[in-house]
Amino acid sequence: MLTVSAELHSKIVAHARADHPDEACGVIAGPAGSDRPERFIPMLNAERSPTFYRFDSLEQLRVWREMDDRDEEPVVIYHSHTATQAYPSRTDISYASEPGAHYVLVSTRDADEAELRSFKIIDGEVTEEAVVVNDAE
Amino acid sequence: MAIEVRIPTILRTYTGGAKSVEGSGGTLDELFSDLEARHGGLRERLVDDAGLRRFVNVYLNDEDVRFLGGLGAPVHDGDTVTVLPAVAGGAS
Repeated sequence: MLTVSAELHSKIVAHARADHPDEACGVIAGPAGSDRPERFIPMLNAERSPTFYRFDSLEQLRVWREMDDRDEEPVVIYHSHTATQAYPSRTDISYASEPGAHYVLVSTRDADEAELRSFKIIDGEVTEEAVVVNDAE
Repeated sequence: MAIEVRIPTILRTYTGGAKSVEGSGGTLDELFSDLEARHGGLRERLVDDAGLRRFVNVYLNDEDVRFLGGLGAPVHDGDTVTVLPAVAGGAS
């Protein structure tokens, strides 16, 4: 189960819409071991493509070091699909390398309604999970 | 001679859970071979027949080794090598 604030939920969707028709991508960091997504970190899609994303390697180093310094980890890794469903593709699964993260997919294929779903991807296996949007914070 | 190599979560199964290991060598290639002697299987996760694996980022201090000669990049005592799997994916 992914629990996320309404504010973070709308930030993810807004980023995906803003970068459409390219795939958008980013991280939400949280305190190590807490499973709480707190700090929104939109990332550059170095591929700038409607069908592929990749974090810029030096930006990734900077962000990962910063999380390490702050005793955080990547709680959410999100990206968008611009013409297909919000479900992990074969490449999403094969490159998933943070077993503790919630992989959030947003589909921007519909201009009016964004579809946001969350998954765990561990050892090549995808498990969908509920997304609980917390309005209280 | 000691070069610190920082290991990402997903590769810590090869290092007994350690976030960081030490090795030696004159180039990245030699360093990875040195690590392989103590952490069997690790090198194959970093290197394939064509060289450094495409979706693994390796950094020497603050730079991406792709711009420093890849596996042939010279390394020195006191350097830090960081490994991060690329975060990537796509529509299909």
